[in-house]
Amino acid sequence: MKVGVVVFPGTNCDRDTKKACEHFGWETDYIWHDQSNLDEYDIIFLPGGFSYGDYIRAGGLATFSPVVQAIKDYVKNKKGYVVGICNGFQILCETGLLPGVLSVNDNIRFICDVVGLAASDDKMPEAISLPIAHGEGRYFADDKTLKQIQQDNMIFLEYQDNPNGSLLNIAGLIDRKNNVIGMMPHPERAVLKETGNTDGKYFFKLLEAEIK
Amino acid sequence: MKTAGKKLYQALNIPQFEYDEILSRLKREPNDLETYLFSAMWSEHCGYKHSRKYLKRLPSGGAVCEGENAGGILVGDHVITFKVESHNHPSAVEPFQGAATGIGGIIRDILAIGARPIALLNSLKFGKLTDKWVKHLFDGVVDGISAYGNSIGVPTVAGEVSFDKCYTDSPLVNVMAVGVVHKDKIKSAKAIPGNHIVLVGSHTGRDGIHGASFASKELNENSKEDRPSVQVGDPFMKKVLIEATLEILELEEVVSCQDCGAAGLLSSTSEMGSMGECGVELYLDKVHLREEGMEPWEIMLSESQERMVFMVTDKGLDKVLNIAKKYDIPGEIIGKTDESGLYKLACHGEQVACLPPDLLTSGPVYTLTENEPEYICEYKNKECKVSISIEEGVKKLLADPNFASKKWVYRQYDHTVGNRTSLKPGEGGSAGIWLDEEGGVVGLTIDSNARQVFLDPYNGAKNTVWESYRNLVSDGFNPLGVTDCMNYGNPEKDEVAYQFVKSIDGIADACRAADVPVVSGNVSLYNESPDLRVYPTPTIGMVGYTDSYDKLIKNSFSKDETVYLIGKQIDQTSNIGGSLYQMVCHDFLGGSVDSVDEKLEIALKDTIFKLRDESLLGGCVDISEGGLFGALFEGLKSGNSGFDATLKDSEVTEEILFGEITSRYLISVQDTTQTEKLLNDNKITYKKLGRCAGNNIKLADITLDLAELTDLYDKTIGLEMAK
Repeated sequence: MKVGVVVFPGTNCDRDTKKACEHFGWETDYIWHDQSNLDEYDIIFLPGGFSYGDYIRAGGLATFSPVVQAIKDYVKNKKGYVVGICNGFQILCETGLLPGVLSVNDNIRFICDVVGLAASDDKMPEAISLPIAHGEGRYFADDKTLKQIQQDNMIFLEYQDNPNGSLLNIAGLIDRKNNVIGMMPHPERAVLKETGNTDGKYFFKLLEAEIK
Repeated sequence: MKTAGKKLYQALNIPQFEYDEILSRLKREPNDLETYLFSAMWSEHCGYKHSRKYLKRLPSGGAVCEGENAGGILVGDHVITFKVESHNHPSAVEPFQGAATGIGGIIRDILAIGARPIALLNSLKFGKLTDKWVKHLFDGVVDGISAYGNSIGVPTVAGEVSFDKCYTDSPLVNVMAVGVVHKDKIKSAKAIPGNHIVLVGSHTGRDGIHGASFASKELNENSKEDRPSVQVGDPFMKKVLIEATLEILELEEVVSCQDCGAAGLLSSTSEMGSMGECGVELYLDKVHLREEGMEPWEIMLSESQERMVFMVTDKGLDKVLNIAKKYDIPGEIIGKTDESGLYKLACHGEQVACLPPDLLTSGPVYTLTENEPEYICEYKNKECKVSISIEEGVKKLLADPNFASKKWVYRQYDHTVGNRTSLKPGEGGSAGIWLDEEGGVVGLTIDSNARQVFLDPYNGAKNTVWESYRNLVSDGFNPLGVTDCMNYGNPEKDEVAYQFVKSIDGIADACRAADVPVVSGNVSLYNESPDLRVYPTPTIGMVGYTDSYDKLIKNSFSKDETVYLIGKQIDQTSNIGGSLYQMVCHDFLGGSVDSVDEKLEIALKDTIFKLRDESLLGGCVDISEGGLFGALFEGLKSGNSGFDATLKDSEVTEEILFGEITSRYLISVQDTTQTEKLLNDNKITYKKLGRCAGNNIKLADITLDLAELTDLYDKTIGLEMAK
């Protein structure tokens, strides 16, 4: 298994994500934002942070970067999985690789907490808890899109006690046709025992199973 | 600058006797630019004029890199470097940017020695939360810390927030940063002759000019006009600068590094020259500027954020500039070092200033009066003559924003980024950061107890150090080092001078007895307005370590466990002088402050660790604000259990439940026989307080509903802020 972790100026979960991947024995490279050849990777992670300062709108500027253009090709050619966590989820939505947008939390404040989540994939336990840390995590889409999301069974993580006003309690989406995953919670921060929570491992195990 | 008929030095508020000293040491009149340099470097903020003499009393034995940008302690092969700094004055006029750039500044200190920042802490003081302006300041400061700290990817893991009328005009914003670096990779700030000086980071603009002198005077109704003296931060640039700096400092060819903080380029380069007894020459026309037409003095005094200075060998120049380029950050060669021993500034080939750098960095040193002011005796003899019922007292205390949960605050701080937060806010007396480089966990705490320091500067300051010590011990950490931030009023006033000197002595004695060096620190004076002066507020940041995650101690008392009070026992004469309870419930401040039993403190630490190692310990909570009841509530709330106390009626009094007696802890255990044996063997006095059971806290004939109390405790601040 070989994975790449994209680093934009302003990304701040790159090291955390690499640490988590390496914990599972995955060979992990950083991918600088000007890179465009991604074919050697089984998974591309778009980690959390504030890419290009998240000026204008979270994830907005990153969509113009060479690496995101390359990711579009990577998805089109079904080279592997793309996983966006937090800012990565925002980027995937801004790029159109996932539907909808992530807008400002309904309490208009940054929220850092541990939240209970319901997981729909039967390779994961029904209920897990993961850390969240975001100011713009309120999932929003029009009714038509929401219906489509439900029809396609895209919601793989739901908040049990919605912290940010996300529609349909959406915390994470999976597009099985194109192998694209986006989620606001941080599974990479809940892998090592020394962080007091290891529920994130279920997500990494799920990825491992999908790739094999 | 308008001088309105005054001489420039007068217009810059350099006192006549200091100007005379400049003349005698320089042996000539300084030119205008040099006068500007003195005005910044000899300000209280840069020059530590009133404090330098006394700070030398603090013990630093055992510290590493002391005297550099931030000192540290050694853990295995790594140095944990840490420092606390104030950003009080800017936050009083522009809370968001003031707090944000406070983080920026302290992060650069950690970065300058080559360490990766791994945690942030803060200590915040405001006026009464019911005041509208205070709400604005509180909200702005928290927002600033949230916006800046979260963006740069350094977790904010612990802190304290207090509210007291004395901070209404002068809020205190102290930020502590912690970093880690391999001991062989530390960079000094000492200049070495024969190198290039490279400035990397943001363009230099006119922001923050005179920031250092602004921070060196009392605030008044005109202070808001000083708003242009507040710097503006750019967390995105800072995040990129952190990564670029760490990459640059990996280069052998980089011989030293310094950040641009107060008094910007001037302070950083003159300190480097002075430390290395080395000549420094700067070409001001090479500095990359944000705006045209800046005068040499403006370039030198600008406090534009996100800038670092590197001294680099010939061979390293291209490498440094290429790293800057990779990160899209401007980088320019702005000068060189030489053997001349002089600090020289040139602009377009013309020398505009030339003087020995140590003349700038060694300003005057003042001696303070140490006579006890009258108020000390007056307050000591005050007696609180009113009392209320225990039920009412408990509810008032829990619903006071000083005691209540700070979740409203820390929920806005990213405290888990970095993937190494072992103890999160609310999980203990301190925070824990996993040091995967060494395999253990670093414990971090920040604390102050200003009421006690006001009543008794010596013992109050001492108690503050020991309180931090107990915070760490109760979570299983061995305390290793201290950083302090001394927040006081105007030191030219005798009362403040006394408070300052005595509290330095208290900190020094406590640190010596606890065997923890003071590795770094900061002083903030003139925190007063014509109407209000802050209590003397020494903020203590303390760092500890335990070699295994499994050695952390819980702060929860669980069902079926028995709770003991260990250490100083219940004593009918114990007073509650300076307690939070009296302030909250009786609006009273007075009486005498408890004095710590240092030998007992160390014996308690050893015994708690033995109980843990023998697997006897359930939870442990240290006793501080809120007294015995406060600690009991904290343990029960975390363990979600009620309590059946075995206290007698005569022991359920305001004094006993809420007095802030030092040198004691509450512990919870299953095996009472083995626990008592171990306590007896170690000659630790103890008292069984009762058993964890049910959903109510029962104290003699009083029954309190835990759920109702928890609700009060959890919601107070959020409800107040929503008003």
